Parts: sequence; C-alpha cells; structure tokens
Amino acid sequence: MTTNALKSSGPSAGRAGDKIFSGAALGAGVLILLTLFAVAVFLFIQALPTFTADPAEISGGAGFFSYILPIVIGTVIAALIALAIATPIGIAVALFISHYAPRRIAGPLGYLIDLLAAIPSVIYGAWGYLVLAPALVPGYQWLAENLGFIPIFGGPASQTGKTMLTAGIVLAVMVLPIITSLSREIFLQTPKLHEEAALALGATRWEMISTAVLPFARPGIISAVMLGLGRALGETMAVALVLSTGGLIPSLIQSGNQTIAAEIALNFPEAFGLRLAELIAAGLVLFVITLIVNMIARAIIARHKEFSGAN
Amino acid sequence: MSKRIDVKDLNVYYSKFLAVEGVNINIAAKSVTAFIGPSGCGKSTFLRTLNRMHEVIPGGRVEGEVLLDGDNLYEPGVDPVNVRSQIGMVFQRPNPFPTMSIRDNVLAGVKLNGKKISRSDADALVEGSLRGANLWNEVKDRLDKPGSGLSGGQQQRLCIARTIAVKPDVILMDEPCSALDPISTLAIEDLINELKNDYTVVIVTHNMQQAARVSDKTAFFNIAGTGKPGKLIEYNETATIFSNPAEKATEDYVSGRFG
Amino acid sequence: MSLTKTTPQSETPLAPRRRNALSKGRMPGWAVPAIAVAAVILGAALSTLGGFAVASFAIYAALLFVIGATVATTVIEGKRRGKNALALYLIYGAFILALIPLASVIYTVLDKGLPGLNMHFLTSSMNGVTGAVDNQSVAEGTPVVGGAYHALMGTLLITLWATIISVPVGMLTAIYLVEYSKGGPLAKAITFFVDVMTGIPSIVAGLFAAAFFGIILGPNARMGIVAAVALSVLMIPTVVRSTEEMLKIVPNELREASYALGVRRWRTILKVVIPTAISGIASGVTLAIARVIGETAPILVTAGIASNINLNVFANWMSTLPTFIYYQILTPTSPTNIDPSIQRAWAAALLLILMVMALNLIARLVASFFAPKKGR
Repeated sequence: MTTNALKSSGPSAGRAGDKIFSGAALGAGVLILLTLFAVAVFLFIQALPTFTADPAEISGGAGFFSYILPIVIGTVIAALIALAIATPIGIAVALFISHYAPRRIAGPLGYLIDLLAAIPSVIYGAWGYLVLAPALVPGYQWLAENLGFIPIFGGPASQTGKTMLTAGIVLAVMVLPIITSLSREIFLQTPKLHEEAALALGATRWEMISTAVLPFARPGIISAVMLGLGRALGETMAVALVLSTGGLIPSLIQSGNQTIAAEIALNFPEAFGLRLAELIAAGLVLFVITLIVNMIARAIIARHKEFSGAN
Repeated sequence: MSKRIDVKDLNVYYSKFLAVEGVNINIAAKSVTAFIGPSGCGKSTFLRTLNRMHEVIPGGRVEGEVLLDGDNLYEPGVDPVNVRSQIGMVFQRPNPFPTMSIRDNVLAGVKLNGKKISRSDADALVEGSLRGANLWNEVKDRLDKPGSGLSGGQQQRLCIARTIAVKPDVILMDEPCSALDPISTLAIEDLINELKNDYTVVIVTHNMQQAARVSDKTAFFNIAGTGKPGKLIEYNETATIFSNPAEKATEDYVSGRFG
Repeated sequence: MSLTKTTPQSETPLAPRRRNALSKGRMPGWAVPAIAVAAVILGAALSTLGGFAVASFAIYAALLFVIGATVATTVIEGKRRGKNALALYLIYGAFILALIPLASVIYTVLDKGLPGLNMHFLTSSMNGVTGAVDNQSVAEGTPVVGGAYHALMGTLLITLWATIISVPVGMLTAIYLVEYSKGGPLAKAITFFVDVMTGIPSIVAGLFAAAFFGIILGPNARMGIVAAVALSVLMIPTVVRSTEEMLKIVPNELREASYALGVRRWRTILKVVIPTAISGIASGVTLAIARVIGETAPILVTAGIASNINLNVFANWMSTLPTFIYYQILTPTSPTNIDPSIQRAWAAALLLILMVMALNLIARLVASFFAPKKGR
C-alpha cells in the first residue's frame, strides 16, 4: 500500500474551521477567567491605599476597620430583616402555589410572583421612598409608643419613615420571589408516593405537608434562603433611596445606619483619591461576604443534588 | 461505488476498558452482512469503529486496522470526517434534523458542509435519494414540511435517504428497525434488499429472523461475561450460521437456547 | 372471604340519612363564612376606636378571622383539624400579603407615571432644564418641561453594547463547556467562576469595571462602554447558564447523525446544534437583557450622569433610565418644587417597566413560537 486514498481527497479545507472555532470557544472561556483575575488584581491595587494610609486620614479618623465595621453590621441587619419577613411568606407562597391553589391557576400565579422579580430595583427604591415610607409612619409611631422599651423599636420614631425597617421591608419584597421560585421547584419534586402515603394514613393536608413535603425540601429551602441572603446583602438601590443614613444605632425605626452597597452608590460619584480607595475596599469586603454566602448555598445544593432525584 | 471492508486484529477500547477484542472480518462489496449477538456483546461498538464514529464518545479508541478497499481508516493523517462521508450510518432511532424540512434533511450532508449546489442538481439529488429510500411517493407533495412530522418508519427511510444523498460506498445500520412497528420494519427490509445492488450494507440487529431474511453473511458476536471483552465467534454464509453453525455458542444462540 | 349468598333485606334502597356518618363531627358549611362576617364587623368596630384606617381595619379583621375560625374548628373538629385550618388560612394570607406590594408598585407606577409619559417626555432631554424652569412651570401651571430622551438612548446604547459583548463571549463559553471540554480542570474552573459571577452584587460589578478602566485610562474614566462592561459582568453568567442548559438538551443523536454524514464538528455545532436550541438561547438572552436593563448601581459608578444627549458610548458621561429615576428623586432639579422631578421619575419608571415587561413577554413568545416543531 503506497498511497492512502482517504488522506488526500475530500473537504480537508474545513479542518482549519474546526481549529478556529474550537479555539474561539476555548478563548471565550479563558477570557472570562483572565478578566476576573485582572479585575480582582486591579480592584486590590486600587483599594490598597486604604490599608497603607495613616488611620487618621480614613473617614471617621480611626482607620479602615472602624470605618467598615458599622456599615458591615448595617448591611447584615438590613439583610436579616428582609429574610425574617421574606422567608416565612416566601415559603408559604410557594406552598400555596404548589399544594393549595387550584391546579389550573397555579401556573399563572407563579408567573405573577415571578413578575415581582422582573421589576427593576430602582423602581422598588422609588416606591419605598415615595409610597411605603410615608405609609409606615403611623405604624412606627405606634411601635415607639407601645414597644419603645425594646431597643430595636426605640423612639422617637422617624417622621419620614425612611428607616432601616422600611429598607428591610423593601428588600424583603425583592428577595421574596427568589425564595418562592426556588422553594416551589423543590416542593413540586416531593415524591408523590410519600404524599399519597401520608394522605392514605388519614393525615390532614397540613400533616401531609409537615411530614412529607417540608422534611424533603429542607436543604432546598435553606439554600433558597441563602441565595436570597446573598441578594439582600448586595442590593443597593432599595437602601440608597429608602434609608435616611447615619451612624450605627440600635433602633430600626429612626433614621440612621448604613449598608456597604448604599455607601458606595451614594458617595462614589464624588469620590476621588483616598476616598475612592476606601469605597473600592468596601466593595471588596461586600464581594467577599456575598461570595461566602453564595458558596454555602451552592454547597448545600450540590450536596443534596443526588437526593433530589425523587424516585 | 461500492467498496469492500477488511478488518485486521481490531481491539476497541473505552478509555482503558477493552470492549471488543481481536476482530478479523472480510466484508465483500455489494453484499448485506448482519451482526447478531446478545446485548452488550460489542456488535454496535464494533460497527461504530467502521466509520470512526466510535471516537466521538470521550475515551473511545481502537488498535488494529480497518481497510476500505485497501486504505486504512486509522492510518495517521486520515481525516475521520473524510471517512464518514464515504461510510454512512443509520441509527437505532430515527433522527431527522428537527429544524429542517424533508428536502433540507435529504440535502443535509451537502448543505451542512457548505458545498454549493445548483437548484436543479439539488432537486435531482432529493428525488433520486428519496426514490432510493422508497419514500418519494409518500412525501413528494410535502417536501417543505418538517421531517419530524413523518411517521417513525418514514423518518427512518428519510434518514436512509439522507445517508444515500452523500453517495457513500458503505452504509452501516445500527438496529435500524428496533424502534419501528412490523409494517415499517418490512418496508426497511425491502429497502435493504434493494440497497445492496449499489452499496455494501452492514446491519446490526437483535432480531435473528431479520438477519436471516436480509443478509448474505452473518457474524455472531458473544461475550464471556460482564467486564470481559466481546469477541467475533463465527462468521459465515447466513444459511450456514442458521442451519449448521460450527460453534456450540452460535448454535445455542440461534436456536434460542440463550440470549 | 365467605361465599354465603346475601339476600336483599328490603326492596327499596336505603334512604340517605339526614346526617351522613362520614361528616359527623364536622363544622356546618355556614360556620366559616359566618366567622368571616363577624370578624369584618368586629374589626371595623375595633379600628374605629383609634381613628378608622384601612390598614388597621384589615389587620384586625384578618387576625380576628384567623383566631376565630381556628378556635371554632379546634373546638368542634379537634386539634388536628384546627391546626390544618390554621395552616390553610396562614398560607392563603401569605399569598394575598405577597400580592399587595406587587399591586401597589404597579398601581403607583401607572397612576403617577401616565400623566408624565407623553411625546415631549420621550423626545426631549434635560438639557437646559434648571430649577428655575421647574419653578416657573409649577407657578404658571404649565406642563412639565424636560424629558428622558437622553436617558432612554443611554439605556438602549449601553444595553446594546453589553449584549454585543456578552452574547458571543457567553455563548462561546457555553459551547466550550458543552461541546468541547471533557470535564477537565479548565472546564471546572470556568464553571466555578461563572457561578461566582452569578452572585456578584451589581454595585461590585460596577466597581470591577470602574477599577479596570480606571487603571487603563486613568481615574474618572466614566463613559457608556465602561457601564456596558459592568453590565456584561452581570449578563455573561446568565447567558452562559441558559445557553449551556439549552445545548445540553439537544439530543446527542442529532450530533451523531451530522457526524455520520461527514460534517465537521464546528459546522455541526453551528448548523445543527445551535439552530435546534436557538429558541431557548434567544429566550435566555432576552431575559438576561431584561435583567440588566433595569440595573442602576453599576451605571452610577461607571457612566456618571448627564442631562444632555450623548450618543457616543466611548466618550463622556451618559444617563440611563434607572439613573435618571434615581437622581430625579434623590436630587430634584428644583429643591423647592420637587413635583416636576417626581413626575419625570415616575414617567421614566413606567417607561422602564414597560420595556422590562415587553422583554419578558418577548422571551416567553420566542420560547414557545420558535420551539422545534414537534412530530405529528
């Protein structure tokens, strides 16, 4: 055998196309990695002056740590208020759609809740600022008068309603669809056999849900809440517009407190020099916090993936 | 148009797992050869090595030679794409391209490769291929409708027409009737009988009656146990395999005593 | 089982009993509505004690109903059924509660946005519109001057550039992950970092782009393209994820059919795999656009704010609809007469919501309309 006829003839020219296309696909993936890496490095370089500067020059005059700590706490408080409200309601709404609503309208109802997620955050901010905050003023006065002995409801209540609690409620509205849509998916995966077994034993609907559905869905719910937390921590507009910012105070119904995201949004446009570095450093801190929260959520999802097969 | 295939000492691997071992077989041009054997014996895996489709699966590789009229498919420098345009394949389940019309499905091999073809040549190719697959009369009025709208048997014949349109030398069929009803199966079997006038046909089937009906020669593959490689046990005229096999295992299998 | 023949005991079938044994010990059907009516009346009475308000009335009535109905069920039907009823009321209540903000937001945007959303608003910018202009229009009762044309164009241009950057990068990355990678460390790293990107807060994405271009072009490099890059950081993971999902559900048989015809891999991907998945990919991309078009925070830190029309994304500051809304509310054009600014903000909000809803609708239509034709 001297020449192999299969070698020469045919559309061998197309071979270059294969190389180019696979190279482009690989390049796109590598580009994402390189960009993220470069961005991390650049962010760090730009944030660096904050850590080397004289502590007295940092906002607050006592170094970066005492600058960042109150706004980290504020960020966490806002997110926790949001979760405290959105978790029970979100799970209940998911249960309503998956197990209570008539099957024919369950789909459209789910779409309605998804609409909540589609509304841009700045519109929630505007709504919180112009509609919700004034509406909550009487409620805050009542809380200050009747429950004022509890530090978080300490008076005098804000006259504008632009408080941490209002911001938390707006955040709750924004994370609710996340918690609902993820929990709903998990609820629908509950093995039908388990549900029917519970019902056949004479369980009421609620007993069936609490014995068959909720235990099955627990890891899914936890990760849904964690993802909601990640969103609440990083949300900017709801807080920047709704909260009348100030120093760290325990009362949630007075103006005061601040979150990292709102701090950056409110101050970045006029910032330069060391102030710019401070804000970028604050952004890095926020990034690390949300990263950790999201990682935990994904780890929970990944760990329980093999059990969610419902078979 | 039609070419012969000679396989020499072929070992087929999935990564490190040896799936088929030491196959030697000579397939004549313009004949129908059937591969039979129990599930998992490697007959489909072996079939896929005949047009280098095996290596599409991650980890798939072979040792040995497959000669198409004397040219080794696995010689370094041979482009697998080139091999596949000369050795076509029809799959277990009909798989017409869902986004294409019947006409475009037939022309897929030409158009997907970006070749230019004149309108009249294309029309002739579509009609010729569909006639060759005994489908022309059923679809000639709806060539622009999606191919996925046909019945299962028609879809499979459309896939055969699509394969013929590339003008291959050999057509490999991997259990082409296993997803079809008896009437559609009969239509395909009739078609295979006609195809051998122009092509070398190799068919994998789990249906021994089918092998007896359509093939000139039959190869029996078997496996010693799970985890062991499949082997070619016996290869002979179909009549001999079914009436007077040389090996005990073949006799047990064709007489239905196991498998 | 005994095989004794049972003789019919009477010719006539048993007349239905007045009280079915299976419904013994259950509440009569009128009980719950009756409790509801009582709760509404009592709630109204209670709320008038401290000056009638719709909110307190609703809260009182709901509380009274849930407590009353639960207690009644517990007393008559037992503890288990009481619990079941309580769960039912709370779950229905939660759903109604969740709809209140949605209804309120949509009502507010329509109510306050419609008066300001007119041709003048859509075709003029804020160039030359100062506090004095607003004061004058309020004093004389003339229509509000100034609009969001510049911001609308900014939104469209920045989103367009973000799409131009994200779609090829995102789709090619997904193609690499599904079609080329064999699950090696590089593919794992890309999947991991795309996951990381999904969770990046939008303001941090803005900082990313600002820091990146800040080092390349010097501090205060703010322009449309920087904002587009920031939005791409948010958009790419969505595009990668949705494309990946769609490519994965393309049956392998189609790829093999194409290979078996002697078609090259890149042509198979471009002409067979992607056309099969295109409706899902297009719908995913549209949803990704809908997600980033309303982003505010990343624009604030990357594109600045402008009151004039700037159609060049490669130079000078730019406004978008979200930042326009933000600044009109936070820093009204005329600090003494904020109404014109608020009106412009709501009109822009209505415009933005309409755009987002339209994109969502398009995504749904695309997904169902271009879906591969099913057999027969």
